Amino acid sequence: MNKNNNNFKKRGNPKVLGRVIKLVFSYYPVLFPLACLCILFSAAVSSIPSIFQQKVIAIIEERFMSGDWTAASEEIIPLIIILASLYIISLIAIVTQTQLMAYITQGFLCKLRRTLFNKMQDLPIKYFDTHRHGDIMSFYTNDIDTLRQLVSQSVPQLITSAVIVTVLFSIMIYFCGWLTLLVLLGVVAMIFVSKRIGGGSAKYFVRQQKSMGKVEGFIQEMMSGQKVIKVFCHEDETKEAFDKINDQLYNDSYKAHAFSNCLGPIIMNIGNLLYVLVALIGGVLLVANVPNFSLSGMPIGISLIVPFLNMTKQFTGNVNSLSQQINSIVMAMAGAERVFSLMDEEKEVDDGYVTLVNCEVSEDGTITETDKRTHNWAWKHPHGDGTTTYTLLKGDVRLFDVDFTYDGKKQVLTDVSVYAEPGQKVAFVGATGAGKTTITNLINRFYDIADGKVRYDGINVSKIKKADLRRSLGIVLQDTNLFTGTVLENIRYGRLDATDEECIDAARLAGADDFITRLPNGYATELTNNGSNLSQGQRQLIAIARAAVADPPVMILDEATSSIDTRTEAIVSRGMDKLMEGRTVFVIAHRLSTVMNSDVIMVLDHGKIIERGNHEKLIAERGVYYQLYTGAFELE
Amino acid sequence: MLKRFIGCIGEYKRPTILTPLFIVGEAIIESAMPFIIANLINDIKAGCDLKDIVINGGILFLMACISLLFGGLAGFTAAKASSGFAKNLRRALFHKTQEFSFENIDKFSSASLVTRMTTDVMNVQMSFMMIIRTAIRSPLMFIFSVIMAYIMGGYLASIFVVVIPILITGLLLIAKYAMPAFRAVFKKYDKLNESIEENVMAMRTVKGFVREEYEKEKFGNAAENIRRDFTRAERIVAFNSPIMQLCLYTVMILVLLFGSQAIITYKGQHIDVGQLSALITYGVQILMSLMMLSMIYVMLTMSVESMRRINEILSEESTLKNPENPIYEIKDGSIDFEDVSFKYSLKAERYALSDIDLHINSGETVGIIGGTGSSKSTLVQLLSRLYDVTEGSVKIGGRDVREYDLTALRDSVAVVLQKNVLFSGTIKENLRWGNADATDAELEEACRLAQAHDFITAFPEGYDSMIEQGGTNVSGGQKQRLCIARALLKKPKILILDDSTSAVDTKTDALIRRGFEEFIPQTTKIIIAQRISSVENADKIIVMDNGKIVSVGTHDELLSSSDIYREVYQQQTKGGRADE
Repeated sequence: MNKNNNNFKKRGNPKVLGRVIKLVFSYYPVLFPLACLCILFSAAVSSIPSIFQQKVIAIIEERFMSGDWTAASEEIIPLIIILASLYIISLIAIVTQTQLMAYITQGFLCKLRRTLFNKMQDLPIKYFDTHRHGDIMSFYTNDIDTLRQLVSQSVPQLITSAVIVTVLFSIMIYFCGWLTLLVLLGVVAMIFVSKRIGGGSAKYFVRQQKSMGKVEGFIQEMMSGQKVIKVFCHEDETKEAFDKINDQLYNDSYKAHAFSNCLGPIIMNIGNLLYVLVALIGGVLLVANVPNFSLSGMPIGISLIVPFLNMTKQFTGNVNSLSQQINSIVMAMAGAERVFSLMDEEKEVDDGYVTLVNCEVSEDGTITETDKRTHNWAWKHPHGDGTTTYTLLKGDVRLFDVDFTYDGKKQVLTDVSVYAEPGQKVAFVGATGAGKTTITNLINRFYDIADGKVRYDGINVSKIKKADLRRSLGIVLQDTNLFTGTVLENIRYGRLDATDEECIDAARLAGADDFITRLPNGYATELTNNGSNLSQGQRQLIAIARAAVADPPVMILDEATSSIDTRTEAIVSRGMDKLMEGRTVFVIAHRLSTVMNSDVIMVLDHGKIIERGNHEKLIAERGVYYQLYTGAFELE
Repeated sequence: MLKRFIGCIGEYKRPTILTPLFIVGEAIIESAMPFIIANLINDIKAGCDLKDIVINGGILFLMACISLLFGGLAGFTAAKASSGFAKNLRRALFHKTQEFSFENIDKFSSASLVTRMTTDVMNVQMSFMMIIRTAIRSPLMFIFSVIMAYIMGGYLASIFVVVIPILITGLLLIAKYAMPAFRAVFKKYDKLNESIEENVMAMRTVKGFVREEYEKEKFGNAAENIRRDFTRAERIVAFNSPIMQLCLYTVMILVLLFGSQAIITYKGQHIDVGQLSALITYGVQILMSLMMLSMIYVMLTMSVESMRRINEILSEESTLKNPENPIYEIKDGSIDFEDVSFKYSLKAERYALSDIDLHINSGETVGIIGGTGSSKSTLVQLLSRLYDVTEGSVKIGGRDVREYDLTALRDSVAVVLQKNVLFSGTIKENLRWGNADATDAELEEACRLAQAHDFITAFPEGYDSMIEQGGTNVSGGQKQRLCIARALLKKPKILILDDSTSAVDTKTDALIRRGFEEFIPQTTKIIIAQRISSVENADKIIVMDNGKIVSVGTHDELLSSSDIYREVYQQQTKGGRADE
């Protein structure tokens, strides 16, 4: 929900701006400087015409009484030709610059998006568990977009204005010091006003963003509970509540825009006033015959005042365009800061060196590595002394006295020991928050243990390369996530080189084939929006098929069949049993019928294993499991 | 469509009309300024008479002040009008969604509704502001400037006539090619963001299958693809500025050339130096106003897509309408399904329900059992008109449900949905959804009946404990019991529990059911469940399969007559119940 809230907490600091520009440089070390050069050049050229205009007017002044155009044209035309050629060069510069900037901006955004996305893929699960999805999404939807405006408009505008202002300023001093002083005073006033009003506007834009976040959160909550609203005829109350926060948003939006709308006219008219003042004072100076104070040393005359006035206009015009960029710059800096915060996150550390390789096992038990796709896998374990040993992948997972905490404060697991031998089915039962899922998180190293040992085929899991470790584990989660694409593609996600037949076989095994073939396009049916056109149970079946096609020696089923009704589950379970054959399986389930046939059932309570044994043993013990089973006890 | 949007201006008509008026004032003054400035320059040049200079300067000063006033006022009114317009638009959208039927709701994902009410409205707000501020100003400035240019420069102003068509053609061409390109790329862009969301949500799956590199590549391709399209579109638009500059430069050179020739040839009779510089200023203004117009055009076309998306909601007709002369009184809780068939959309091939004939007496307890996708929920949703039947009719109290007032009907038929939702707020506030006027004693009574009272009072703040969004701070079983209590507060004639006790332990489940029998015997109770134990004592159990009722009977009857029922029962009691 309030995904924008963090956006504007801080006003961006200039360092961020520097980093953005540096980043653009690093992406386009040749093109970006070239574009900047073009901007510089066209900016410079567009401030020069005043000089020629002044010269032409001086000539006209001198000559117009004579009425002799031919004579005057000899002086004027060359000037105009120079001007025209300058213009042509400037046009070339502008075309190059705008084309380059369009290319660079999009390229920059694309690279930034990719960098961000790639970085995101490498972040540990912890990051996703501790950040709201809406917040992460807004990196891509809001923050990067603010940078688009910055790179494509604000930066060129900054350069252009800086150049024009400097050039104009020098020309002004060259012409007349007194008037330049006046212009300077005006600029100071403009900067002052921009700061005040711009600051106010930025403040209210921040508030607008916050109210927007609130509105968004409210809509989100109400839209997802829309059916309940209907059932309770609660429409009017909901409307009323919405109107209230909507009014707040209106208020903030009104103020934010009022400030920013007024900035333009105010700056522009300060410019106009300045123009009048320059004309007046210029006139006074002219009339009073005040000696000029300038670099050029030319006397104050009409041929000086007219171009000076034009320059004043240009000067203030540029200050105005700069002030219009304030909002976008402030917002972009806040956006950039957030983007950088993600880019600066610690990557998921992986210092494992034991890898998983295909192997062949000869009759005497020696293991040899091979590139071929055999169905045998082995852990390749290089040792410090240069030797390498191979251990056959069997799926033996053991946890010894494991302690774990997510936040360093609340102990989630205490002294947990689990021994799962190859081919065994180990079940975890317990209330929400008892630590069932946490155990599986430690096996596949989504999180790392605080104390104790986790061994996989006798190897400490922290020595195993994470990618290889996870490849050897198949997980099916309660919240099934499917991807946009066909059903077949979704199943193939488990093993990218699986053939169509293998995928369909996996679906049969999972009991999903039946409903898939009844879909309008069978396996080629397009799934969108996380498979929203399928029921939760059907999605779980696809997820199971996906894990099946991966064919891992160890499987983790975390509430994998929770949404499948018991009758279908009974049908599926035949396939599941086949699927589990010869594999080590960890099952987490709410429904006891799912876990009854496990080799070992662990009952977890507050991070401790309080009972362990098979169904018959636990029933005989008449403990918590027995109570759960008889329904005398609520699981949560 | 436009009419609907204009209607949303509502109480902000005044600022909406005032803004262009102020802008007109500002524009008139702004275009008159160069005229006075020309005088001023000529004053300076010619007379050296300080008095004239001061007078013209004074006029200019005054004009700047008035222009500032107008500009400032326009800024305020424009902000007010556009924010107000956006507010009304958002309200219209939100209120519209409240009128939606379930069928309408199913059509739009909640994420897309959120975007429409936030981002899209924001886009429209910006273009609205742009229109009232600039759309009037630019043509005005254009006309004024052309007139003034003719007054000042006479035939020299014809230079503009040559340049303007070039500019207009250029800008139109750009708009013509850029717009479709942009529209296409925005769609792709939305898709890209959707795929990011998908990835973020599925991170455990991605990492579990070690698909990080695959995802990176997939995203990289999509991003590159967008970059290519976006760059192409942006590069077309990037020609705006050079074309503008080209025209500006041409004007400058031509004015300087012909202007100086005119001044010198006619010895400053037709046109003088001051007028020459004014002419240049007007030239710039004319071109700028055209440029602004083209920008408005671009912005508008970009927001047209947003408008279309907003309009899609506003024009969505609720598929459920209140009858014209509704009945407000519901006699009792008896239910009849007569030859009912139903499909979710008229285009759907498959019927979700077919040939349903069923009678339920008022006060009966009815259990419904069936596999995933057997349309159990669909059946009960027809009762409170969450959906309307496709064929046949559903009767409550002897009258077709479509004859009742919708509110009256839904107040009498309470449904506890399978997808339970609690809203952020206190427990009390959540319960009062059922009955806003319920006393504390009534709340407690309902909660006792739903077996929720004990755990609520165990919370430190009792009934005033805060529920977080989605009810994440209570357990599944607690949430279900709160939802049942909420429904009970309606004192309904029919109570439907759609798999609403799945997370409640069997003992509590039984207590809830016993409470129902004891305290609300007149209420018809329909219980959809996975657990046989939840329905085995019902007066009637309905077994559903594939959208059809396959058997109806009591527990004992079904055990002998229904294969499916027996199978489910055996499955659930496999190994013998330990307490039996």
